[in-house]
Amino acid sequence: MSDDDESIFEGLIEGGDTSQWAFGTDFEDPLSGVDTTVPDGVDHTELARYCLMLGDDALIMSQRLSEWCSRAPDLEEDIALANIALDLLGQARLLLARAAAADPGVVPALPEGSPVPAEDALAFFRDAGQFRNVRLTEVANGDFAHVVVRLLLFSVARLALLERLRASADSVLAAVASKGVKEVTYHRDWAGRWFLTLAQGTEESHSRLVKALDDLWPLQPELVSAHPLELSLAQAGVGVDPASTRDEVDAVLDQVLAVSGVGRPDRPALAAVGGRTGRHGMHTEALSLLLAEMQVVARAHPGGRW
Amino acid sequence: MNVRERAAEVAAQVRDPEMPMLTLADLGVLRSVEVVRPGDGGVEREADGDEVVIASITPTYTGCPAMATMRDDLVHRLNGAGFPRVEVRVVLDPPWSSDWISERGRAALRDAGLSAPGAARRSSGPVGLNLGPTRHAPACPRCGSTATRLTSEFSGTACKALYRCADCLEPFEHVKEI
Repeated sequence: MSDDDESIFEGLIEGGDTSQWAFGTDFEDPLSGVDTTVPDGVDHTELARYCLMLGDDALIMSQRLSEWCSRAPDLEEDIALANIALDLLGQARLLLARAAAADPGVVPALPEGSPVPAEDALAFFRDAGQFRNVRLTEVANGDFAHVVVRLLLFSVARLALLERLRASADSVLAAVASKGVKEVTYHRDWAGRWFLTLAQGTEESHSRLVKALDDLWPLQPELVSAHPLELSLAQAGVGVDPASTRDEVDAVLDQVLAVSGVGRPDRPALAAVGGRTGRHGMHTEALSLLLAEMQVVARAHPGGRW
Repeated sequence: MNVRERAAEVAAQVRDPEMPMLTLADLGVLRSVEVVRPGDGGVEREADGDEVVIASITPTYTGCPAMATMRDDLVHRLNGAGFPRVEVRVVLDPPWSSDWISERGRAALRDAGLSAPGAARRSSGPVGLNLGPTRHAPACPRCGSTATRLTSEFSGTACKALYRCADCLEPFEHVKEI
């Protein structure tokens, strides 16, 4: 094994400057060496903003799942939720880094000499109105049934989207999608199995599941509705029109509902505010509270080093 | 042995930080090792004439937190072997597959009490939903019994699932098929 055992910590202080930005272990660019050339005819800013939409979905969902750490019904499910959160955080890192590479103009300006890499600047130094995630990802956590339903609705839609995004004209998005499909397949199976288990468990678990489904259902249509930017990039062969996934999403959800013996809720979509939803930066109060916790340390110590 | 082969041999011996029974080459995350002269291949020309070793790695899972350690270990080991200039690049396409774990790597996993992955599923269209209890039952790496049950599709690292053997009653980890 030679000296590899010791090099784990030595590696953290590699290079001349031994201090580190306090929020990462300094694999400063997750796209290091990856060709980030924007395809011909694609607007750089539009591509960057599109990456923020998909990246913010993953980031905010990951943060909500991380809040479950140490609170799941048993250790195995605690580990499952943490692993799913980690997969999504990884997707968020690549997507935010891709956004910054396509158009550095989307990255919040920080003081000269700031050690904060672009992906962290996007995660920690944007305000709620600048996030483009769908509102399903941001609402506060509830009981275990709530996280099962939320993850089911989210992963069914994300998998259908990533399947199509594998054909993106942008090679980075295509690569992120190819990997993401493999990961989200596991997430969707986990959520689907727990949905079935809770539906067919006790009267208590069944009623909690139905309540969670009822509560979250109004947030589902946003997952399969297109923002004009998504339409524009779908036309350019770079993005996916979420509405084009609707039939597949409905079929998978109906399959889970039918096997579980749970009816499809009859609830209308959560209203847009003046036509604006999460994709436009119009969020529920829950996002501000989530960000307050997620961003507080980075903002209190913007030059934080150890 | 030429310079590239020597660099490749050093890089191939670096071990995975989370599964140290495997080298990065056996795990399939080390995709290539090239040696370029300064000025070639987009590498900036510097005053010295040292050749630059470019090692390319790919993450097993997108969120794999071991990537930074892998990079640092590669730089450290190559520097120690007489290659002062090392650049580690990330390759995202094609995505890592558990099929890339070598035969030697699979044997090393079994020796360490881990179950090696079966063949990965391949699909280009819609992915089928799987609500069943488990996809298949890997053999217990301790006693060889196939009476094993999935405890969780998720375990101590992103790339492993947790199983239990119904015969010897021991839990074990299985490297997932992706």
